[in-house]
Amino acid sequence: MANIETVILDRAGIGRALTRIAHEILERNKGTSGVVLVGIRTGGDHLASQLRARIAEIEGEEVSLGAVDVTMYRDDLGTRGSLPMGKTEIPFPLDGRRVVLVDDVLYTGRTIRAAMDALIDLGRPRSIQLAVLIDRGHRELPIRADYVGRNVPTSHEEQIHVQFDEDLQPIEVRLIKP
Amino acid sequence: MAFRHKHILGTEFLSREDIELILDTAESFKEINSREIKKVPILRGKTIINLFFEASTRTRTSFEIAGKRLSADTVNISASSSSVVKGETLEDTAKNLEAMKPDIVVMRHSASGAPHYLAERIQSSVINAGDGAHEHPSQALLDLLTIREHKGTLEGLTVAIIGDITHSRVARSNLYAMQKMGMKVRLAGPGTMVPPGIEKLGAEVHTDMREAIRGADVVMMLRIQLERQGKTMLPTLREYAQFFGLNTENLKLAKEDAIVLHPGPMNRGVEISSYVADGPQNVILEQVENGVAVRMALLYLVAGGEAKE
Repeated sequence: MANIETVILDRAGIGRALTRIAHEILERNKGTSGVVLVGIRTGGDHLASQLRARIAEIEGEEVSLGAVDVTMYRDDLGTRGSLPMGKTEIPFPLDGRRVVLVDDVLYTGRTIRAAMDALIDLGRPRSIQLAVLIDRGHRELPIRADYVGRNVPTSHEEQIHVQFDEDLQPIEVRLIKP
Repeated sequence: MAFRHKHILGTEFLSREDIELILDTAESFKEINSREIKKVPILRGKTIINLFFEASTRTRTSFEIAGKRLSADTVNISASSSSVVKGETLEDTAKNLEAMKPDIVVMRHSASGAPHYLAERIQSSVINAGDGAHEHPSQALLDLLTIREHKGTLEGLTVAIIGDITHSRVARSNLYAMQKMGMKVRLAGPGTMVPPGIEKLGAEVHTDMREAIRGADVVMMLRIQLERQGKTMLPTLREYAQFFGLNTENLKLAKEDAIVLHPGPMNRGVEISSYVADGPQNVILEQVENGVAVRMALLYLVAGGEAKE
């Protein structure tokens, strides 16, 4: 059974979306003061470092960058079993910071719920904002993104795949129909 | 890669990939132990029974802390307070525990094979925390994690394990695990304490501990288990210390950057001198620290159940 794959965002498109999100983050937070980026493994962490580079280009300042692995905060151990556990690396205090969580695809919202719980266990951020490259809908929790690269209406059967190259640069986003 | 074991009964049954997954998982969990709030919710609502038929402080506490840091409810049962002293059979103990629906039973017993017996009779996962002179898998895994942290890799390292090999479940679990990781294992101990035929398991056997230590990357000293010794095995502790004790002199035979491990509790002045036990090459307290992370990994991995497709 061949899946039908459509490229919905190419390298240039992803680049433009990330640049816009970087501007929006700076506009909303009035600069980089107190702003930190935390990417969700895996995918969100690569995008977070892209966003950091763009923010540095625009504003000339490097914001702190961390990565969070939400496996320890998942709610589906019973159905999906023990998934491999990645490392959480947030080498700076979160207290009082404006944390921008970064993920590649926003779907049910459960990953974001887990990531917020993980962050709150590590400190007391002033605020948590959410940046995603793709919002594909179908939320199961009252969660929304503050910054969205592209809204893509999907069905549950479809998949969204964000492809990265060996240098962890995003190449393209594909919609896969079964 | 998914973990496919319901029970952890010994390193003999783990593959190299399993061991790598356990060590990687433990490394991820280590970060929690340095947080201010040392707790994550992944095992919320799971019940873990620590069933200890033999005295243990370190291992039991380590498993208990590991369970609590993953938000599981942990209950300790020790031999002195259990119905075993009232004459209950292991089978009955197993059935009674079963009725209380624990998710994981962590078991230590003086009889080799007791956890295997339990695993066949109850629905819960069973983790062997030491069975007689057979296996002590979590100890071997924390040893490997400690060695990997110091050496960067396990492949190709030479390890000398010195002491009472016959009675040591630590030595046996390490022997299985280390060979799977591509390490070379040398064993040394008094003739009465090295089981005949152990070289068939792949180890190099020495009667002179200095030969075992020479050029080794890792020196692992075993505890003389005074409580397990018949009088005939050891003439005197002083003689043992002289021939099979690690001191600053014979440690010089090992590689310059060799590390010294001991599973504890130490008999200072017997198998290890205080100069070595407190010296720059010892990693003994790191072993204890890594023990919590490794046990968190084991609890997490078995709690997910056998991998479903």
